[in-house]
Amino acid sequence: MANQLNEQGKAKTSFWNDPAVRSVIFQILAVGAVVAFFLYIINNALTNMEARGITTGFAFLNDTAGFGIIQTLVPFDETYTYGRTFIVGLLNTVLVSFLGIILATVLGFIIGIARLSKNWLIAKLATVYIEIFRNIPLLLQIFFWYFAVLRALPSPRESMNLGDSIFFNVRGLYMPEPIAEDGFGVVWIAIFAAIAIIIGMVKYEKKRQLTTGKTFPLFFPSLGILLGLPLIVFFISGSPMHLEYPELKGFNFQNGMTIIPELMALLLALTIYTAAFIAEVVRSGIEAVPHGQSEAANALGLTNGQRLRLIIIPQAMRVIIPPLTNQYLNLTKNSSLATAIGYPDLVSVFAGTTLNQTGQAVEIIFMTMGVYLTLSLTTSALMNWYNKRIALIER
Amino acid sequence: MSEFKPLPDQPPPPNTIGAVGWMRAHLFTGPINSVLTVAAAFLILFGISWFINWGLFDADFVGSTRDDCSGEGACWVFIIARLSQFIYGFFPEEQIWRINVMFFIFAACIIALMIEKTPKKGWISLFTLVGFPIISFYLLNGGIFGLEEVETHKWGGLTLTLVIAIVGIVASLPIGILLALGRRSDMPVIRSISIVYIEFWRGVPLITVLFMASVMLPLFMSAGAETDKLMRAMIGVIMFQSAYMAEVVRGGLQAIPKGQTEAAQALGLSYWKTMFLIILPQALKLMIPGIVNTFIALFKDTSLVLIIGLFDLLAIVQSALNDPNWLGFSVEGYIFVAFMFWIFCFGMSRYSQALERKLNTSHR
Amino acid sequence: MKKQLVSAVAALGLVAVSTASLAATLDDVKKKGFVQCGVSTGLPGFSNPDDKGNWTGLDVDVCRAVAAATLGDASKVKYIPLNAKERFTALQSGEVDMLSRNTTWTLTRDGSLGLNFAGVNYYDGQGFMVSKELGVKSAKELDGAAVCIQAGTTTELNLADYFRELGMKYQPVVFDTSDQTVQGFEAGRCDVLTSDQSQLYALRIKLSKPDSAMVLPEVISKEPLGPVVRQGDDQWFNIVKWSMFALVTAEELGVTTSNVDQMKSSTNPNVQRLLGTEAGQGKNLGLDDTWAYNIVKQVGNYGEMFERNVGSGSALGISRGLNALWTKGGLQYAPPIR
Repeated sequence: MANQLNEQGKAKTSFWNDPAVRSVIFQILAVGAVVAFFLYIINNALTNMEARGITTGFAFLNDTAGFGIIQTLVPFDETYTYGRTFIVGLLNTVLVSFLGIILATVLGFIIGIARLSKNWLIAKLATVYIEIFRNIPLLLQIFFWYFAVLRALPSPRESMNLGDSIFFNVRGLYMPEPIAEDGFGVVWIAIFAAIAIIIGMVKYEKKRQLTTGKTFPLFFPSLGILLGLPLIVFFISGSPMHLEYPELKGFNFQNGMTIIPELMALLLALTIYTAAFIAEVVRSGIEAVPHGQSEAANALGLTNGQRLRLIIIPQAMRVIIPPLTNQYLNLTKNSSLATAIGYPDLVSVFAGTTLNQTGQAVEIIFMTMGVYLTLSLTTSALMNWYNKRIALIER
Repeated sequence: MSEFKPLPDQPPPPNTIGAVGWMRAHLFTGPINSVLTVAAAFLILFGISWFINWGLFDADFVGSTRDDCSGEGACWVFIIARLSQFIYGFFPEEQIWRINVMFFIFAACIIALMIEKTPKKGWISLFTLVGFPIISFYLLNGGIFGLEEVETHKWGGLTLTLVIAIVGIVASLPIGILLALGRRSDMPVIRSISIVYIEFWRGVPLITVLFMASVMLPLFMSAGAETDKLMRAMIGVIMFQSAYMAEVVRGGLQAIPKGQTEAAQALGLSYWKTMFLIILPQALKLMIPGIVNTFIALFKDTSLVLIIGLFDLLAIVQSALNDPNWLGFSVEGYIFVAFMFWIFCFGMSRYSQALERKLNTSHR
Repeated sequence: MKKQLVSAVAALGLVAVSTASLAATLDDVKKKGFVQCGVSTGLPGFSNPDDKGNWTGLDVDVCRAVAAATLGDASKVKYIPLNAKERFTALQSGEVDMLSRNTTWTLTRDGSLGLNFAGVNYYDGQGFMVSKELGVKSAKELDGAAVCIQAGTTTELNLADYFRELGMKYQPVVFDTSDQTVQGFEAGRCDVLTSDQSQLYALRIKLSKPDSAMVLPEVISKEPLGPVVRQGDDQWFNIVKWSMFALVTAEELGVTTSNVDQMKSSTNPNVQRLLGTEAGQGKNLGLDDTWAYNIVKQVGNYGEMFERNVGSGSALGISRGLNALWTKGGLQYAPPIR
């Protein structure tokens, strides 16, 4: 047929050989396949669920949960709903991820920099740390900290004791809890005022440095204002706060703040594991900064610390940020391993206990996946924005 | 006029050469460094000597029950007594030779691939990727050639860990390639589908994927189709892993200069021919370190299957720790598992680094 | 190369896919040649694998009884270990034909999960286990205690109710598997371990020093444990239900594994109907007339099953109590087979 067309003098390709038409057909087919696939799955799920008499829908979220949770950041007891267990689990996930990210970043930067240290021993030590911890499954590390180390801790009655206010035992770490009294609001105002003053100082300092070239040490005065101002206000207003000390009552310590061992083990494992990866990210970031920069900084007479803080790290950050974001996301997703040791995170509480009490697997698993997906996509969107902002602006 | 005679070189100052010089340059450059060095050295000596004493000199190796352990050092008797279960799972004892055969073929393939001068490497890698999984499936599962059928729920231990990891990587590679091609396609629909797929699986934790595969997959299939638990876990792992693999492949594709595609098109090659004859062979070479790295990640992640009740290496050791006859040896058990995983992962990461270096130089 | 890879994967996938039909579990079981039975991941006395992976226990024997009734061979069972979280989904989705995993019969589970409870093979109640050195004598002294529980069980709900009713506080420490619960208790993470009483005895022998722990006298709930099947297949439901009744009836009539062949010549019409010497009972269930004979011959009667797995013949040493026959003051009662 193509020949015939050619004979008629129209050098036209037949329509199925036309890349544009082909691509349209191909895409329509692909959409069709995807739609058909989802229809098939949804249809199956609905028929199967109906045939087996499984309840569907989200009405269960308003039913009473009827079980307790060991660590809740918002008020919760047995009379709250399943919907509330979702919130409780979500907040616990956010808590452990947030703490984990901060700790892992600090540890990771220390080890990453230590790995590049001129001190041979320190550098090797950092290398050994990285090679050991990133090559052992995280779940195993969590088990180790929880089941192997937990056994070695003392019982509540033989707790390690620090000044009769901090206690450490197999049930967790107990600390005094500051309880605000009436009039504590003034102190909050003072804290905000201090922050405002510091921001002003930083701005002024930058301007002065640009115009006169003179620098002014900022760190210690800022720290002084941040701590001093609220403290002065606190004492002037008559110390409107007291500490509630933990005390051994019956089986366990009551009152005060508690960090449960599940949280400690999870946090420890997440931090140590992720720090090994962050250290590698930091190292490659620093190595990406040309050596000339260090030499130039040395030539200008900057100290080691200044060189790292003012020259190397700001430039390395551009290389570090994208993989660092990945590590943060990994840590957040890895926090779902909490379910293995019973830390009440989203997967453990909601996709675990709640799922089992209600039996509505489809709804619950999709809600859980949705949360992680949202967290992931938001974080990467934020990081992309930040990345664009600090990207090297070239001619 | 006398001939010019250069003075003989002075030896460098004694404190800059030899052991002393090395130490001054690398360990004691300043007061802070010196303190750090001493502290680190103390820590290392103390830690290592304690560990060696605990794990070697005070440890017990011979015996069959916990009474053979003195309790001063590690009790490796526990590991040795259970070793066969840790490696072969609940596989029937008289059939264990089949697993050994599988291990042997696998080791032979890997060694052949690692040695540089092996002839016909292409065929060997094809066999490792395609032939080997099929052979090992029949070896493990049986049911043909008069081999007794061994149901998947009897698979366990290190064997299961390796099975899941290898199937995961082998199956996710082709899917990953397709997804990566899709993500770089000119067709907006194909591109969006690939992006959604990749971002979805990369955005959720593996454990929810496994949970979904384990309890929800059967609901999604038409009445009648039913797969076993291991199969479903594998499907979950493959879906998850192919998204990560797609990103590795995409990285490899991006490294190939656009001129290659253009040249291929100029020669009149179709899209698929361009990809499979020109682009992918070059890109695959660049991707090998990335693939090995995802494999390491997957290998570690296989331990998560214990949460859905499969007995991988970690799960089987964990359950042995609960044996009333062997209570209290969790440290030994965990160190054993850690060591096994570490050997595999560290070996592979070293291999991938060496490969990276080799490929790097050949490209300059 | 890609095509080969894909087809290899597809081949791998297809091999493991077998077919099962939703409606007629019995036909499906006969076709497969085995019963797929969901059991626990390891609970001595109820369902526990030994070193070789052979399963034993009271719950396991129910599976074996059903296999004996349907296939004539009690060994034709494929055990799928499930944890508490995944058990119902596994049954709903058709992964297992029946669930025999110390599961409590409740209205919600019967009503909204699409399940049917086929009877009760063990009448249980929730209790508490504490370390002896705590000096606690009653559950009412447990205010403020940390409690180890297994996730996804009715235990979690009963515990909350009990402490709320008495106005006491507690900290729930929730684990995924019963093994981990014991580990947590052993490590001192909690003061109390709560579970069904039968489980407490089973878990206690998993402690390094079983004598250091004691079970408190209070029983705070009713926990009728039994096998579960999917809704919508009445024939299969009946088979599982009557397999259980056959076990109880056999004990009531004094038929045991050892005397079942002599009993075949018994003149007692009840025995004749049970053992199929008087024809006609099997077809009501869609089975051979020898269905109950196979059960008793290969598995034993309920009393034998009980003594062997959890009773005096086992490490658990639990007395019959509520699980004695109705004629002996217990609750085990079977409708007549006729």
